[in-house]
Amino acid sequence: MKNFEYAAPTTESEALQLLGDSSVSTEILAGGTDLVGLMKKMIVTPDRVVNILGIPSLRTLERRVDGQLWIGAAVTLDTLLDSPYLAGYDAVTQAIRGINSMQFQCQGTIGGEICQRPQCWFFRGGRGLLGEGGQAAANGDNRYHAIFGNDGPAKFVHSSRIAPALIALGAAVRVIGGAAGRGPDGADGEVGERLVPIAEFFQTPRHERQRETILAPNQLVTHIVLPSPAGIANATYEVRHGEGPDYPLAAASAALRMDGERVADARIVMGQVAPTPWNTVAAAALLRGRSIDETVAEAAGQAAVADATPLSQNAYKVQLAKVAVKRAILAAAGHPTGGF
Amino acid sequence: MADNSYSWPKAEETSALGKRVNRIDGVEKASGRAKYTYDIQLPKQLIARALGCPHAHCKIVSIDTSVAEKVPGVVHVHVFEKAKPGSEIQWQGELIAAIAAESDGAAVEGLSKLKIQYEMLEVFVDDANLAAAQAANRATKGGGKEQTEREPGDDDDEKEFVTAEFARLFKESKYVIDGFYGIDAITHCCLEPHGATVAWNGDKLLAYLSTQNVSGTDEQFADGLKIAADDVEVRCEHIGGGFGSKFAPDYWGVAAAEISRATGRPVKLMLDRDQELKIAGNRPSAYLKVKLGADANGVIQVWDSEHWTSGGATGGGVPHNGVIPYVFEPKNYRRSQINIQTNLGPQRAWRAPNHPQACAITHTAIDDLAARMGADSMDIFLRNLGTDDARRIGGAKPSVYRAEIELAAKLMDWKAKWHPHGKGAAKGSVVDGLGLAIHTWGGGANDSNCNLKIHPDGSVETFCGTQDLGVGTRTAIALVLSETLGIPYTGIKVNLGSSKLPVSGPSGGSTTIGGVSESHRRAATDALAKIGDLVAKKLGVAADTLVAANSRIGVKGQPDKSLSWKEACNLIGMRPLEVTGSFKRGTPSPLSNSTVGGVQMAHVLVDKDTGVVKINKFVAVQDMGLVVARKQAESQIYGAIIMGIASALFEQRIADRASGAFLNSELRDYKLARLGDIGDIVVEIYEPESERSRGVIGLGEPPVISPGAAISNAVANALGVRVPVLPLTPQRVLEALQKAGRA
Repeated sequence: MKNFEYAAPTTESEALQLLGDSSVSTEILAGGTDLVGLMKKMIVTPDRVVNILGIPSLRTLERRVDGQLWIGAAVTLDTLLDSPYLAGYDAVTQAIRGINSMQFQCQGTIGGEICQRPQCWFFRGGRGLLGEGGQAAANGDNRYHAIFGNDGPAKFVHSSRIAPALIALGAAVRVIGGAAGRGPDGADGEVGERLVPIAEFFQTPRHERQRETILAPNQLVTHIVLPSPAGIANATYEVRHGEGPDYPLAAASAALRMDGERVADARIVMGQVAPTPWNTVAAAALLRGRSIDETVAEAAGQAAVADATPLSQNAYKVQLAKVAVKRAILAAAGHPTGGF
Repeated sequence: MADNSYSWPKAEETSALGKRVNRIDGVEKASGRAKYTYDIQLPKQLIARALGCPHAHCKIVSIDTSVAEKVPGVVHVHVFEKAKPGSEIQWQGELIAAIAAESDGAAVEGLSKLKIQYEMLEVFVDDANLAAAQAANRATKGGGKEQTEREPGDDDDEKEFVTAEFARLFKESKYVIDGFYGIDAITHCCLEPHGATVAWNGDKLLAYLSTQNVSGTDEQFADGLKIAADDVEVRCEHIGGGFGSKFAPDYWGVAAAEISRATGRPVKLMLDRDQELKIAGNRPSAYLKVKLGADANGVIQVWDSEHWTSGGATGGGVPHNGVIPYVFEPKNYRRSQINIQTNLGPQRAWRAPNHPQACAITHTAIDDLAARMGADSMDIFLRNLGTDDARRIGGAKPSVYRAEIELAAKLMDWKAKWHPHGKGAAKGSVVDGLGLAIHTWGGGANDSNCNLKIHPDGSVETFCGTQDLGVGTRTAIALVLSETLGIPYTGIKVNLGSSKLPVSGPSGGSTTIGGVSESHRRAATDALAKIGDLVAKKLGVAADTLVAANSRIGVKGQPDKSLSWKEACNLIGMRPLEVTGSFKRGTPSPLSNSTVGGVQMAHVLVDKDTGVVKINKFVAVQDMGLVVARKQAESQIYGAIIMGIASALFEQRIADRASGAFLNSELRDYKLARLGDIGDIVVEIYEPESERSRGVIGLGEPPVISPGAAISNAVANALGVRVPVLPLTPQRVLEALQKAGRA
């Protein structure tokens, strides 16, 4: 591990000051379940580490009168699991439970979970975020890599297990700093602030200087904002190779706005299949106006993967993504999934 | 000549042997008081970390250490001999240099400042691909053997005869199976990585080494450091896993001592996880093509196989001899072996070397025979055992396997659960299946010496240069002494884990329990005889009328003619009684024996849509002669099965064909079984008097052999399709279903 300066701010603006110093490279530390390992392997080598756990506003969990749930970015996953406010957000609860590790759940934060770096073994083996411009995965062992959105250099899959559920449920991310002038109240010199729809928070990096989110080095995620789950049937299904904390092979979250027996609107988002969580419009379109049964769910799964572009060794993931979508839809509608 | 002065008591007369008791060091371990090598911290100790080569095959052109030496906190830079400029590196992770520093962070930062120029060389890591290995000139013949029941005539050309005989045998076979089976390489993945903390006192070296061989590694340190062996002490009180990979200090252990000598300070050098997986040992891969012919009853008449195997860059692999086909010995067979040399770390002995692979690639073929016949796999295994008078197998006796299969079948409820391959009822996309496999192992007693000390106050301690590999050796020794001396096992002090103690063999080959039971039973019997003489004299009775039980020594059934253990020990005099116990490997003895058998059955659930396999229930029946420490023996079997499930479903070394990199060398990617993955495990030790009377036999290895084949067979039974290569990942299950047109 490279020596670094450690800072523990207690306010959001103090944190932004520490992050905004462009003369040093910075990393944000919350639970540390991902960052510490990356630093020990010297995959990331910040000059300054900014620990945000001591900022009280980031540790709040608040249900507002309009039904929105504001989750502080530094709220731990086990706190969320214990919270009555999570009722109705089944897709989120299931995704957190799926992590299958009390240590990760107790130590990991929701902000850290969605900002975690890719598990790609080329990245973690020190061969760059894109793995030698995508060549390492294109020519090498890509069994766990992307089957969508992989035409550029990024072949890794986005690792967040909760992000697909958050996107399906229409969440937003409160981002502060850096965007002064871009945010709604971000006049120069002030703390910029904006709510970003979470689907737009993730990006596929095109080169090594980009990351997997739109977050600039001088910005901070402070809250995840979930709309009320009223009337939304939702679920997450992960295909896991074993019962450990290992990452799923494919996953999907489904959120269905029901009109009686029929689906009025749907959002289906796949995880672990692309460099970002992957929203499948085709599957959602297929569900609209229909009532859910196994045939409809199967067809939606099929539609979700119709445009998949597997790499040389991961065609099997197309089947797994299809099954994940099918089972997430069935689970959301309260039907048995037919599998494990 | 068998030495019959020693014996074990009858089953109904034991007070300690075979009882289910807690470990004497259980609290120490559970509370964290037990010190492992990794825990050792010495005053003024430097932390050394090593740099592994990032490339799988290259030449070292130059190494510049000047910048690294200037990193604050760095004290010493050591370049390994095998990485000096001009050297060829044959596998990724091979250590290039170690840096000793005041802190771990400084050592790692120092390593990042080493400037090394590499010249890249051609890489080959695809050990599963025989054609690619041959094309890359990496495949060499590893020998073979052929045997026919009929002899060639005097005028026959032997080769032509064998060819014609095989053709005839296959033609006459009612069933012919052409199969391909394989099992990937896995690593030892010791929770505590390899390494040492060392300190010099003048010219004497004290090495805390994570080892399964304290009595043998002092010599190895001495040899590497060019000092006398009696100037070295190796200590290992507790170890976090060895599995056959920790018999030596290794070049990095010797380097730690060299750095310590150069700096004048103690040095700790443990491998990191990535290095542990890459360079500190792995179990060779094995892949087999076979054609077998069987008669109408499913009895194999002819076996014809070729297998290829890789022990990494330094050759080796699973031999054909003795294990192909596994346990079963058809009267006509032809087997050949090809060794594949790769740019991957060298193999080391892994729990029951070669047996798990051989079982996995051959008992699957026998199950495929049952599938072809539409027969119950268990019946086909039974029919191929032969009888004790006309054996068709090696290893344990057919009658033992038969009894164990019946017992296992009852525990599994096999007959009620059985369905022909691929014909079970599906629940949604989930199908279930049953599979079995059988195994054998030697497990004869190793060399062992001990000094047993009985103090005049009645306290008892023993000194033995063995080590506890985590299996409960201390407890087993205490139980042997408890049984022999008639005192509680909990008060007995067992000192082991130092090369300065009486020499005992390395803990490998399941030889420890036999060795330490031999030496301690002998020492305690001799000691008791001496105390018995004193007691007899005091009580005025004949010594041969005395028994030791319930902490008393006296005439059996006459409480007034006895002394308490303490009173008896008081008769020893002012100084302790010290008795030596010795056993030499291979000496015929009524106390220990070798060769065990075991049967394992798996019941699995398979999700056909995702390829995910789950263990529902797993039954293991194992013989092991006389059981010394029942709870610890059962723990060994549980642990072996969990390890076996891991390599059947999860574990594999993934090497990147393009770069040669070992991609999953961190536990993040190196998948192991978790508690939720192991199902309901049922362990049954088969110990009728016919087995018990054979004496003590090692158990550590045999139960890890069968899980791969048993689970593969269960999955084949569930799906009606063979997933040919272990581990049975979802990807492989789906690809096998697709290939069979069953997706």
